Amino acid sequence: MPLIHLEDVRKVYSLGDVEVRALDGVSFSVEPAEFIAIMGSSGSGKSTLMNILGCLDKPTSGTYFLGDREVSKLDRGELAEMRNRTLGFVFQSFNLLSRTTAMENVELPLVYAGITGKERKRRAAEALTRVGLGKRLDHRPSQLSGGQQQRVAIARAIVNTPKLILADEPTGNLDSRTSVEVIALFQELWSSGLTILIVTHEPDIAEFASRVIVVKDGKLQSDERRTPRMAKDELAEESAP
Amino acid sequence: MNLLQTLPVAARALLRNKTRSFLTALGVVIGVASVISMVAIGEGAKAGVEKVFSAMGTNLLMVMSGSTSSGGVMGGFGSMPTLTWDDLTAIKTEVPSVRTAAPQLNTRSSIVGEELNWYTQITGTTPDYFTIRSWSLGTGSLISDSDVDTGNKVIVLGQTVADKMFGSSDAAIGQTVRIRAIPFSVIGVLAPKGQSPVGQDYDDAAFIPVTTYQAKIQGGLQKFIAGMIVVSAVTPDDTTRAERAISGLLRDRHHIAAGVDDDFQIRNLAEIAAAQQQGTQTLTSLLAAIAIVSLLVGGIGIMNIMLVSVTERTREIGVRMAVGAKPWHILAQFLVEAVALSMMGGLVGVMLGTGVATWLSKKLGWTLVLRPDIAIVAVGFSAFVGVIFGLYPAQKASQLDPIDALRYE
Repeated sequence: MPLIHLEDVRKVYSLGDVEVRALDGVSFSVEPAEFIAIMGSSGSGKSTLMNILGCLDKPTSGTYFLGDREVSKLDRGELAEMRNRTLGFVFQSFNLLSRTTAMENVELPLVYAGITGKERKRRAAEALTRVGLGKRLDHRPSQLSGGQQQRVAIARAIVNTPKLILADEPTGNLDSRTSVEVIALFQELWSSGLTILIVTHEPDIAEFASRVIVVKDGKLQSDERRTPRMAKDELAEESAP
Repeated sequence: MNLLQTLPVAARALLRNKTRSFLTALGVVIGVASVISMVAIGEGAKAGVEKVFSAMGTNLLMVMSGSTSSGGVMGGFGSMPTLTWDDLTAIKTEVPSVRTAAPQLNTRSSIVGEELNWYTQITGTTPDYFTIRSWSLGTGSLISDSDVDTGNKVIVLGQTVADKMFGSSDAAIGQTVRIRAIPFSVIGVLAPKGQSPVGQDYDDAAFIPVTTYQAKIQGGLQKFIAGMIVVSAVTPDDTTRAERAISGLLRDRHHIAAGVDDDFQIRNLAEIAAAQQQGTQTLTSLLAAIAIVSLLVGGIGIMNIMLVSVTERTREIGVRMAVGAKPWHILAQFLVEAVALSMMGGLVGVMLGTGVATWLSKKLGWTLVLRPDIAIVAVGFSAFVGVIFGLYPAQKASQLDPIDALRYE
């Protein structure tokens, strides 16, 4: 069974009397453990697609199955639950709560999942260790570098054992070396069985994905699978000579 | 996630803007403080009235002879004596709600001492009188039953009379004074009782046995009581019942047919006191109402700041929603914050209000009456204000669109 199944999804915004078709009949499926890059220029509809996939928005028409649930039929509370249990978000601007420690940021999804006390602390610490920040549990976002902040965000995304990680321009605010490090982390999560879906406009970044979907004018322009470049190898090469 | 878990979040959010939280809570602080102090002042006034009336004698009823009517001219109450000594005995023994009763025969006369004279009210009565008026003895002894039985020429002075004539209570005991040339020996001085509600000095009085009064002052024993009967009901709640029972008893004894006016009159001091208290109660309510208005203004301050806070933290709300916060989680978070703010204000307000009331009562010499129930109600009400005025901002936060909230700069 596919993890994601979109069937003729449309999203229409009406600005006054002008109708904007942000998505105009998009259909595709994603199997578990794929690493997908969604590309497209600005205004192509990739952000809208991302919002719908992330259960933040609902399509105007068409069906969207995430696992066995049809998202277009869920209410606000059920969408929140879906985001909490099935999805993990990583944003371009990290979106960590300032004046809050890395631990507390990572604990946040568990708070809303109703996990309390030691179990919550243990899982948050585990997730932070997994992204290589095991020694910075009590640091605040302002005490961390951009790459480290994004790692905290990734820890937050994986802490509640989701099926799908959605990353919206995750390397947009990072330098190229840090970008590759973050992508390496995504690939590591991918190899452990998670499905990763990143939205990017950088072809360099898209090369690390096993499947690239290009969106243009609200439609799929291309959808191809390829052998990805491995970020880990590149990091090794760079430090070798 | 439960409400308890939102408390640290709320505390942190409030501590982040200490000055702002303090100023916002200040509205509620002032509101609650004024409720507490205003009610304390009102209650103090009420207690003052109660004190004055209890000085007159608790559970007191006064039974007076009726009015005369001859040729269209009505005499005042008591102008024609209708109450008999047997009526007094009957009231004392036949009415269960009556604890005791005593005659009160008054005249104004000079008391002549060896050096000084004093013009005052002379009352002829029985020992029960002092019980009814809850008037205790200062020094010496009171009029006894045997004084009344044998018609002894003894006198008990009020504090003022003793002070004016002899300088002190102790000096007065054993002295001989004359009223209308009849010698009386001073056997006791009463404890000070203070002033009546109209400012009359209770202690400017002297008391002699009722039999002596009749024989020596009034000039002969009579069937009728040329004065009034003071009655003490068993409890304050019994005064109305006692009034009705005495009325029935006297109508029966005086053979008054149905539909004919009473030939006596009963005054119920408890009723007069209740009317007075009604007045102070109204004052208290008015003060409390004004104070509650200021509490509401404090609530509006909270709403204002919560709206600002929601706007400031739009992005945080977006992040929380993205990681799985349901609308009610956000609602609860902001509501708890508003309630925490207003309840803190309430608690500080109770302390401040208590302080202000204590200070005022000392400064102005008022009776201080602090009401713990009002403090609890005030804190509860401030929490309620927090809920009411926090609800709109919290609702607004919970209905934010996560996409817009995440994008908010």
